[in-house]
Amino acid sequence: MNRDDALQEIRLPEGALEPFRQTLFKHGLSLERGKTTTLQINVGLLCNQTCRHCHLNAGPDRKENMDADTADAVIAYAEKGGFEVIDITGGAPELNPNIFKLIEGISPYSPKLMFRSNLTALNDGKKDHLMNLLKDERVQIVASFPSLNEAQADSQRGDGIFQKSINTLQKLNSMGYGHGETGLELDLVCNPTGAFLPAPQEQSAKRFRDVLMKKWGIVFNNLFVFANVPLGRFHDWLEEKGNLEPYLKRLVSSFNSCATDGLMCRTQVSVSWDGYLYDCDFNLARGLHMGKRKTHVSELDGPPPSGSPIAVADHCYTCTAGAGFT
Amino acid sequence: METYYKPEDLSKFPDIGQQAPELTRKFFDYYNAVFAEGALSEREKSLIALAVAHAVKCPYCIDAFTQACLEKGSNLEEMTEAVHVATAIRGGASLVHGVQMRNIAQKMSM
Repeated sequence: MNRDDALQEIRLPEGALEPFRQTLFKHGLSLERGKTTTLQINVGLLCNQTCRHCHLNAGPDRKENMDADTADAVIAYAEKGGFEVIDITGGAPELNPNIFKLIEGISPYSPKLMFRSNLTALNDGKKDHLMNLLKDERVQIVASFPSLNEAQADSQRGDGIFQKSINTLQKLNSMGYGHGETGLELDLVCNPTGAFLPAPQEQSAKRFRDVLMKKWGIVFNNLFVFANVPLGRFHDWLEEKGNLEPYLKRLVSSFNSCATDGLMCRTQVSVSWDGYLYDCDFNLARGLHMGKRKTHVSELDGPPPSGSPIAVADHCYTCTAGAGFT
Repeated sequence: METYYKPEDLSKFPDIGQQAPELTRKFFDYYNAVFAEGALSEREKSLIALAVAHAVKCPYCIDAFTQACLEKGSNLEEMTEAVHVATAIRGGASLVHGVQMRNIAQKMSM
């Protein structure tokens, strides 16, 4: 699959959905940047898993991976940007051959470095040196953990993934991650295991905390719930199961105008494996360049200015549903 | 009408208020208050509602509360157990009437 295959629009009949832009207009809203404080780096689509909810179609066959030159350009941008947070994602960033160089290169330029992990690529028996680097650099680990139910988790992420994830969480705990007093932050991300919206974050966090401790002795710092974005493999699954239109309507009916203030795209710039800039990782998946202009990371001297317009499309309904996606 | 039950009819539920708006408003105010977080969590109440939906065999309610249970964070294992609770009570309600049968039979028998 080449990159263009992932860049799909939501395939619904004409008129089935009020365009997101129109909904914003009706509410007297427009999406513009505030102060950009976060740099998100997507190092590529290579992944050891083929999760059904993946908006990027990431998987073992994908060839898109950030090369050393692009990593250098991103490090240079991080130095110039003064970002409060740098957030590394993929694919499975563990599988990028330049990941050490990237982590070590950007670490001095931001007080908070985040690393998104699917938990299986990080603990495959060959990544102890990476785990140690993350610990030494005090990198916050943000781990995918969709459900306390093994069957539901495996149906989203693949057979056996749940148990491997439990093993990795236990290993991270043994390294000091997830314990409040160590300062080594371990957060969980919970995406619904189907065509429905996530449970309220606070209630889910309490439940996950209770059950993970009781059954497996696992601790973590925070849990974040995110709705699934109808792009990539998740879009195809929705379509195949006849869930696309009901799911989109659920997102549209849950539109919360108050959620627009806290949207991550207002404070984040996302750079893809080939060095181009987007307003968020979902626009990256959709091929919507930052401010609708194709800009390479090497062209900028700092964060995009406040007031810059944000590119929007119908998948943006995901981030404005309910409490929002921040 | 080829079938009495159509999924799209569920979204027409509020239309029931067109002929009796005040009664309907009172009903939905009460309904929403019942399902709000209280001594029981919203998640627990949705599981109870799912079980009752099966007991009263309401396809609209099963549709609505299956989604509600998932969106409140319940999983299929818990939801299946909730349906078994309804099933046990329905079955038990029949079986316990066997006491009446036995009382009558014993009275009539030598």
